[in-house]
Amino acid sequence: MLGLPIRLVNAMVRFPNGSSALQGVTLSFSEHAFTAVIGPSGSGKSTMLRLMNGLLRPTAGQVYVGENEIGQAPERLVRQTRRQIGMVFQQFNLVRRLSALENVLVGRLGQMNPLRSTLRWYSKADLAWAMHLLERVGMAEHAWQRADTLSGGQQQRVGIARALAQRPRLILADEPISALDPKTSEQVMELLLEISREDRIAVICNLHHLDTVSRYADRVVALRKGQVFLDGTAGDLSPEVSRELYYGEAEAEEAPAPQEFSPV
Amino acid sequence: MAPSRTIEPPPQVRARFLRNRLVWLGLLLTLYWASFGTEISPQKLWSGLERSWQFIVGSPERPNSGFFPPNLDRLGEYLNEMVITIKMALWGTALAALAAIPLSILASRNTAPHPLIYQLTRRVLDLFRGLNEFVLALIFVAAVGLGPFPGILALAVYTAGILGKLFSEAIEVVDPGQLEAVRASGASGLQVFTHGVWPQVLPTVISMTLYRFESNVRSATVLGLVGAGGIGLYVTESIRAFDFKAASTILLVIIVSVMLVDYLSSKLRERLT
Ligand SMILES: Nc1ncnc2c1ncn2[C@@H]1O[C@H](COP(=O)(O)OP(=O)(O)OP(=O)(O)O)[C@@H](O)[C@H]1O
Ligand SMILES: [Mg+2]
Repeated sequence: MLGLPIRLVNAMVRFPNGSSALQGVTLSFSEHAFTAVIGPSGSGKSTMLRLMNGLLRPTAGQVYVGENEIGQAPERLVRQTRRQIGMVFQQFNLVRRLSALENVLVGRLGQMNPLRSTLRWYSKADLAWAMHLLERVGMAEHAWQRADTLSGGQQQRVGIARALAQRPRLILADEPISALDPKTSEQVMELLLEISREDRIAVICNLHHLDTVSRYADRVVALRKGQVFLDGTAGDLSPEVSRELYYGEAEAEEAPAPQEFSPV
Repeated sequence: MAPSRTIEPPPQVRARFLRNRLVWLGLLLTLYWASFGTEISPQKLWSGLERSWQFIVGSPERPNSGFFPPNLDRLGEYLNEMVITIKMALWGTALAALAAIPLSILASRNTAPHPLIYQLTRRVLDLFRGLNEFVLALIFVAAVGLGPFPGILALAVYTAGILGKLFSEAIEVVDPGQLEAVRASGASGLQVFTHGVWPQVLPTVISMTLYRFESNVRSATVLGLVGAGGIGLYVTESIRAFDFKAASTILLVIIVSVMLVDYLSSKLRERLT
């Protein structure tokens, strides 16, 4: 199984307050195991990720996940699609008052019948699977600890286990290491990379640090002002290109085009 | 020596001072206005104090007057009635909490399925709280007859209005990040509630419910005055019969029980939240 193909076709997102986050993005994700999405703050990285699992609907354009177009699909279909996609968050977003184990079980909710989940009457199979995943991310001994008592790195491990609990075909990670120290960041990135290699799960990961990008990413997509600025590999990120990506606008303002000054 | 200089507040600050003064002035004027027609009178309070004192301690001219010593002959009966009063508060609060949970989901901006439903449910909750328990009890006595049951219904409706509002305020400030993560796993709306919203609001739900229970025990002690069950009926009966020594026993039972319930409930609140 080679991930879950995703295709954005001319996707646009404009928020009710008028701010335009994506302005016609066409991209497909299918063959690359580990994709990094980069770009300056506000360039639309988070928006694009949320579009891919239907947490957000496009104002225009299409979002294909596997066979289905989820941009206009009914909520039920979006939910079914979402179950195949795990999500990892910058702020971990664990349910703070639940144990680590129960947070992992949240990843099973999509497969659970409503009665069982309401009564928190988890099946043996689900419990065993959740425990196995906690072991895999090195958090087994903290299984019964409340999420809000875990350190940031530990919380992110549980967050990854929660995503894995879905048995996803794709993992979306929105700046999974921005809230962590360098050493913990590295461990978390190694874990994501290991998962993508061993389980052959495609990972699409928003990242801030270009060093991290060049170490882990097979493919790099750069967004700027809601548009695709670059689609290639880490090798394409020369210092000039990076500078243009992050400072392009400022430079253009400082150094206006010469012809404007030339006499008529 | 530093040159002396008067410190002048900037105009906005002065405007604020002026506004504060006007607010106080307005408050005093309102109170003055409210003294007409309400027969506020210090003299009456003074002479009344004297009469109340005699009423309580009794006067030697009238045998069997005064509240002391309390007459303990029917203590068992009163205690029993107090237990029924507490049971009324228990059921009233439990029914209210049960109703308030779904109502509060519909009455929270972030969980209501539609803005219209949100508005409608909010108004329904306002309606529930609009009349106090006492008036509601009168209505329910007319509807289902005398006894504790209409009292329970009255407490339940009023408390559902209050708890519904309090719960929905708790729901509206939950951390959306935690909900988004649950939703992102493919959970249904119900599951987003049970695993995302509920864990976050549970402490508030518990403490508010217990708090309303304490308050409902107090309310339930007067519902008997309109025939809606509980110890209140005994209070009116004994006072109408000028049996003040029995009345004092009943009042003592009420005071001690209410204090006990408050104490236990607040201990429970501390433990559970
Ligand atoms: N819910 C929202 N309502 C209104 N505008 C929004 C909303 N979410 C995002 N935006 C706007 O959309 C644009 C893109 O935001 P997005 O969060 O996708 O950027 P990002 O690339 O993830 O930035 P960062 O690196 O800071 O996380 C920004 O201008 C942002 O202000
Ligand atoms: Mg972002």
